[in-house]
Amino acid sequence: MTITPDSPPSRFNRFMDSDLMFSFLSSKLTVVSAIITLIFFVAAIFAPLVAPHRPFDPATIDLLDAFTPPVWAEYGDARFLLGTDDQGRDVLSTIIYGCRISLLVGFAAVGLSLLIGVGVGLLSGFYGGWLDTVFMRLADVQLTVPAILTALVIDGIADLFVPPSMRETLSIVVLILAIGLSDWPRYARVARSSTMVERNKEYVMAARVIGVGSFRIILRHILPNILGPILVMATIGLAIAITTEATLSFLGVGVPPTTPSLGTLIRIGNSFLFSGEWWITIFPSLALVLLVLAVNLLSDWLRDALNPKLR
Amino acid sequence: MTKHDAAPLIEIKDLERRFDVSKSPLSRFFNRGQKQYLKAVDGVSLEIPKGETLSIVGESGCGKSTMAKLVVGLDFPTAGSISFEEHDLSKPEDFTKFRSRWQMIFQDPYASLNPRWRVRDIIAEPMREFHPGVSRVEVDDVVGDLLTKVGLSPKDAEKFPHEFSGGQRQRISIARALSSEPEFLVCDEPTSALDVSVQAQILNLMKELQERLGLTYLFISHDLAVVHHISTKIGVMYLGRICEVADADDLFRAPRHPYTRMLLETIPKMDTEVVERVPVSGEVPNPINAPSGCTFHPRCPFATDRCKQEAPALRDTGGAKVACHAVEEDRLPPADRTRKPHGKGVQNA
Amino acid sequence: MDDVLLDIRGLRVEFPTRRGTLVALDDISLALQPGEILGMVGESGAGKSLTGASVIGLLEPPGRVAAGEIRFDGQRIDDLSQEQMRQLRGKEIGAIFQDPLTSLNPMHRIGKQLVETIRTHLPVSEAEARKQAIDMLREVGIPAPEQRIDSYPHEFSGGMRQRVVIALALCTGPKLIVADEPTTALDVSTQAQIIALLRRLCKDKGMAVILITHDMGVVAEIADRVAVLYAGRLAEIGPVREVVQNPQHPYTKGLMASIPVPGRRVEWLPQIPGSMPRLSEIPHGCAFSARCEFAHDQCRAKRPPMQQNENGNLSACWLSVLEQAETGGRHD
Repeated sequence: MTITPDSPPSRFNRFMDSDLMFSFLSSKLTVVSAIITLIFFVAAIFAPLVAPHRPFDPATIDLLDAFTPPVWAEYGDARFLLGTDDQGRDVLSTIIYGCRISLLVGFAAVGLSLLIGVGVGLLSGFYGGWLDTVFMRLADVQLTVPAILTALVIDGIADLFVPPSMRETLSIVVLILAIGLSDWPRYARVARSSTMVERNKEYVMAARVIGVGSFRIILRHILPNILGPILVMATIGLAIAITTEATLSFLGVGVPPTTPSLGTLIRIGNSFLFSGEWWITIFPSLALVLLVLAVNLLSDWLRDALNPKLR
Repeated sequence: MTKHDAAPLIEIKDLERRFDVSKSPLSRFFNRGQKQYLKAVDGVSLEIPKGETLSIVGESGCGKSTMAKLVVGLDFPTAGSISFEEHDLSKPEDFTKFRSRWQMIFQDPYASLNPRWRVRDIIAEPMREFHPGVSRVEVDDVVGDLLTKVGLSPKDAEKFPHEFSGGQRQRISIARALSSEPEFLVCDEPTSALDVSVQAQILNLMKELQERLGLTYLFISHDLAVVHHISTKIGVMYLGRICEVADADDLFRAPRHPYTRMLLETIPKMDTEVVERVPVSGEVPNPINAPSGCTFHPRCPFATDRCKQEAPALRDTGGAKVACHAVEEDRLPPADRTRKPHGKGVQNA
Repeated sequence: MDDVLLDIRGLRVEFPTRRGTLVALDDISLALQPGEILGMVGESGAGKSLTGASVIGLLEPPGRVAAGEIRFDGQRIDDLSQEQMRQLRGKEIGAIFQDPLTSLNPMHRIGKQLVETIRTHLPVSEAEARKQAIDMLREVGIPAPEQRIDSYPHEFSGGMRQRVVIALALCTGPKLIVADEPTTALDVSTQAQIIALLRRLCKDKGMAVILITHDMGVVAEIADRVAVLYAGRLAEIGPVREVVQNPQHPYTKGLMASIPVPGRRVEWLPQIPGSMPRLSEIPHGCAFSARCEFAHDQCRAKRPPMQQNENGNLSACWLSVLEQAETGGRHD
């Protein structure tokens, strides 16, 4: 049997022609937020290439440049578009590098929550019984503890056991763990309820009739079919994780000032707000707001686009 | 086609499936409630000869779908036995040995195919399960063959389920069932979600495949017309029990059990002048509190005290098997298949 | 004959989509007399439910009536405002849907729902409305209606619930009922009871009914006339005996032949090849031409007009137009 190549259009063509793509292109706000998100991602990934300065390389920093205001202000310097901070670091560059940390923490934390949440949800929903009861009570307990408290606890534990010399390198890992562990129950619940619906569908029964193992049914049949709503949650989760990270860093339990994230930058700049050097804190804040807003708008659109009832 | 002398392919003996539908222990304690059970299948014995079609008809909740699940091993009986070619399948492990010999076709063509899989992978799933390591070329070959066999094109292997209509999906479902080369197909209402003209196509296809491949069918349906068309034998089920088993033509010509008669009454007639039909009375009671004795007695115009107390056993009665005291005592009026006004026993609800 | 309750003329319903406009109903014309039961049959997607929804003004957006008109009791109703339509729908036109659970509010006793409906549309007192409600429940065959009127919907079985829905649709004394698959969700034995009930009530009260169903048997049982829809178009309409026993349109012929008849076993069921086209792929000319064994060039080029035969059957087929109806003959 040969299959003529003309019948199925290529994956790319199908995607460009899909309803999803259509609804994406017909919403200007979504396109704008997608472009903004993309700019943030690209800038963060290629930070060393994009950033005009290398703010964390002591050799390139000159303390004499400290507190330079943005270009358009009086005493502005063309080298520093958004001005410099108290140590003479270029604010734009610190923002770009800060985004890198923020996005890294955000993605890793969401990944961790997804892994735990979807895993727990699949097993809970598929097997039911006591396993379900135990997992779901665990999720309930987790949900009663605010994310920030979880983070503070994990940070505290880490402080006890990690030698001070390694704290700086490990602080990012601690942040990821803290945020990831506090957010998994949301994914677990959605994954569980979708799994319970899919489990009783006839295509799953068809697989069970021929004796396909439970594990393969879960991974190959059920998982692909519950990913839609979870993907939507994950995009919202990314925005939440980024804000949580910023909050923790602002409070001082996050990443250290030597490799600052957006939250750390805001905290550092905060002390200069009233002495007139507003740009040190305002620009990182604006970047944070813009990033979170764009990601939120994207996830809003994705939720509506994937919801057949709203179409 | 019929081989009456051979041993039956499937033999079901005193099959029972009981579900625990009790409230939680705590609420039972406070309300002084008893444990409650629902007997979805209650002492069913049947056999299916090779190459034939046994149908089970009944209204929703009569246990016919549970029967289907028990037979293919999606669920396990609480009592009784099923044997395949005289091998007992009481233990779950025993099922594994014979899994490739039977398959199931489902009711809902929209839910029975994984929407994320290509048709090729859907159809090849049983093949890959039973012959791990089968090559891609072989798969393409067999899938193309099967698609042709069920009236689709080999090109369709590349497509996804949503690109097909309900009838075409049911064809894909049948192709999947055939890919492990089974001898026995359990069909749970395979046409009830389809439009009539498509239903005819699928019924014809199933009959054709049966003749060509010598398949044996267990056919579950609520539609008597469909059942008569496809079956050699028909079992009528009511609240978990079989009340009558007979050859298909025989059942329609001379229904014995009052419930069978009532079911036949309900078929709208298309080819006769409209007669004021005597409406059937009552509805199927809640199976958790099934009536005592013969479970049909509250709706039966011929019920006596004996029917209320004693459950009738399935007895041989002139070629058919019937579970009815009235039939046993020979006090039923002859079946009224000429559609004159019915006996006075049945009243409007 | 000139007494017409509902008159649908050239009804066209469109669904604008990004890939072009889909014509879901195309030039549907039919009339209903008072007290007449019209069965509307067709495969899923043929447009039978849409026709019903157009009549009761419940077309789901973005669907819209693009052409034609619907007249009820001489008055145009397809251009009424939402509010006017709602008035009419409660009082003059009743609706019964497939799933009784969606038509009843699970939070309210059925008595309250009945009384509210009656008092919204009729100037009666609370006590009088309750009395009417009890009478109505008795009429639809609910035993002990004086007590059952204070029950909640979930306390009824499926068949009884559908009876309550019928009571709800009938309690304001409408002239027309649109019943969309009223028995599909029910067991066969319950189904027969509901069909008998509907027929009796309609004959007693002189109500007209549009009965939408996929079940030819149900239609043959209770309808006076039947309309067969195919791909959003009227294939055939006529007295039920005629359409069932002497269908004119090749689609109706194929449809009737493909229904298995219990007690009359055939080796092969006659079948229509293929399936109904999607709305975006309706062929030129006659919509059925691609599956019709008698199709010729004209069928593929031009849409056939409705043509009446001597028995009162209207069908849209070039063959009847050319009076070659006997070609092919009976299918069984």
